Amino acid sequence: MFKRFVEWMDARIPMTKTWNIHLAQYPAPKNFNMWYVFGFLATIVLINQILTGVWLTMNYVPSAEGAFASVEYIMRDVEYGWLLRYMHSTGASAFFVVVYLHMFRGMMYGSYQKPRELIWLFGMFIFLVLMAEAFMGYLLPWGQMSYWGAQVIISLFGAIPVIGDDLTLWIRGDYVISGATLNRFFALHVIALPLVLVILVFLHIVALHEVGSNNPDGIDTKKPKGSVPDEEKPKFKFHERFTNKKDIVDSIPFFPYYIIKDLFGFGVFLFLFCYVIFFNPEMGGFFLEPPNFEPANPLKTPEHIAPVWYFTPFYAILRAVPDKLFGVILMFAAIVFLALLPWLDRGRVRSIRYRSLLHKLNLGVFAISFVVLGYLGTQPATPVATIFAQIFTFLYFAFFGLLWFYSKREKTKPVPERVTSK
Amino acid sequence: MSNAPVDKGRRRFLTVATSVVGGAGAVAVAVPFIASWNPSAKAKNAGAPVEVNIRKAEPGQLVRVKWRGKPVWVVRRTPDMLEELGDIEDKLRDPNSQEPQQPPYAANQYRSIKEEFFVAVGICTHLGCSPSYLASGMGEHVEGVESGFFCPCHGSKFDVAGRVFQGVPAPLNLVVPPHYFIDDNTILVGEDKGQA
Repeated sequence: MFKRFVEWMDARIPMTKTWNIHLAQYPAPKNFNMWYVFGFLATIVLINQILTGVWLTMNYVPSAEGAFASVEYIMRDVEYGWLLRYMHSTGASAFFVVVYLHMFRGMMYGSYQKPRELIWLFGMFIFLVLMAEAFMGYLLPWGQMSYWGAQVIISLFGAIPVIGDDLTLWIRGDYVISGATLNRFFALHVIALPLVLVILVFLHIVALHEVGSNNPDGIDTKKPKGSVPDEEKPKFKFHERFTNKKDIVDSIPFFPYYIIKDLFGFGVFLFLFCYVIFFNPEMGGFFLEPPNFEPANPLKTPEHIAPVWYFTPFYAILRAVPDKLFGVILMFAAIVFLALLPWLDRGRVRSIRYRSLLHKLNLGVFAISFVVLGYLGTQPATPVATIFAQIFTFLYFAFFGLLWFYSKREKTKPVPERVTSK
Repeated sequence: MSNAPVDKGRRRFLTVATSVVGGAGAVAVAVPFIASWNPSAKAKNAGAPVEVNIRKAEPGQLVRVKWRGKPVWVVRRTPDMLEELGDIEDKLRDPNSQEPQQPPYAANQYRSIKEEFFVAVGICTHLGCSPSYLASGMGEHVEGVESGFFCPCHGSKFDVAGRVFQGVPAPLNLVVPPHYFIDDNTILVGEDKGQA
């Protein structure tokens, strides 16, 4: 019965074929470590955001008059509304946790290098859209921090010469942030950007499956056709789409092996995720900021405006620069430089395992700078904090400059022929 | 199927012409989508600049108008009031208007274009109450000062140029909105001079 159903389907749509090419007979390097679960987790969180988001819209009222009250209504009166909202708000932070780790994985193992530049670029676009999505979503509860955070961020566009003021007016749709702004952000947050996000994720995965995954050794597991004796090939059946052109070594099918591994990672993730949802949904003011429990008041500015934690590294860079326009430019440059990584890194050795001590230090300093900037962005801009922010902003950008210089003639260790795990 | 030879030039011309017309159509279609993000007629109406007639304002009088939902004051200051402004600077937090609470043309001692006429948004920079105007009797709140603004909510005090006194909850001077003199009798609040 089931077999006949599958045959009926396969005659009309490539169901089994797609399953095989992308899962059951898709070769993935066998030496993935735990750094490789974050892509899967990001997908899970995306599904969580879409699902809980759709449910939240069923009770949310997108208007300046009704938004704050409707969020409280969801929290108090809607059955399990509190859970759906906390899943969504915690999911937003979780999204950035896993995406930042996912990106750092790519930087460690050189996953952005040739031939995976496009995967990296699609990933950077996903990151950008995700930031826009999070920013617009944060306005929707219409709390004090929603309002004033949006005020600060939108006014950044006012720093652009000539068109700045008109541009901010156009974005807001009013002379101040108002119901008009809230409504358009709602529309973008619940439909326009999620659509773009899903398309970009699709392209990210299509591009990945075209060239295949990198791995912690940063070496190719697809060798030239005919170069590998049969007894060294894995005993798994891979789709001919992969085996026709290349000899596959050191690989296992994505399904069921990596699905099982990813599900284990998902289990660990759920422990942390559920801890936050059930015991600490505000996460000490980092996931949900205290001023946001007050309705937006255009006449009263909170004493200290800080964005949610995932924006703070970039916010710290913005504030480190005394000049507003240059600060805005530098903040965006922080992301542009990341996107240019495939071309800034002129090395041929991908994995940090076989790269120079200098590179390890450089990447370490970069990671530390990012975290320190993230911390500084949550703090009030005192003169001392500003000097620290300037130092670490410099180190953040120095990573890219140094990388470009030394990667051309870097002293690397010999790279193994085959992956190192047994 | 006809076997007539293909006229490549003609085919290319038609392709290019169709593409151009189609492209122009696509651009034209984008216009409503982009333009709909501009402030609506309602928002524009609510945010339009406000004309204030000051012909009948007596010296010492405060004229109150509403602009973008906020009270805006126009105070016609007396020579005594103006004189006082220079004497009390040591009691103020930001006597020289260093903080960007006013357009550049009002960043002076009087925080105004013409010394006589002070224009400000009548909202306390502390928690958004509207302070009371005391043409005289400010001495009750600040010793030796005759006129100013006193916020009844939390006791913030401002001089008659909207400069905040030290030791009060409000952190900043009152906001001076963009404005200019259309003629000697009329101020337009909400626009800088020469703006569209």
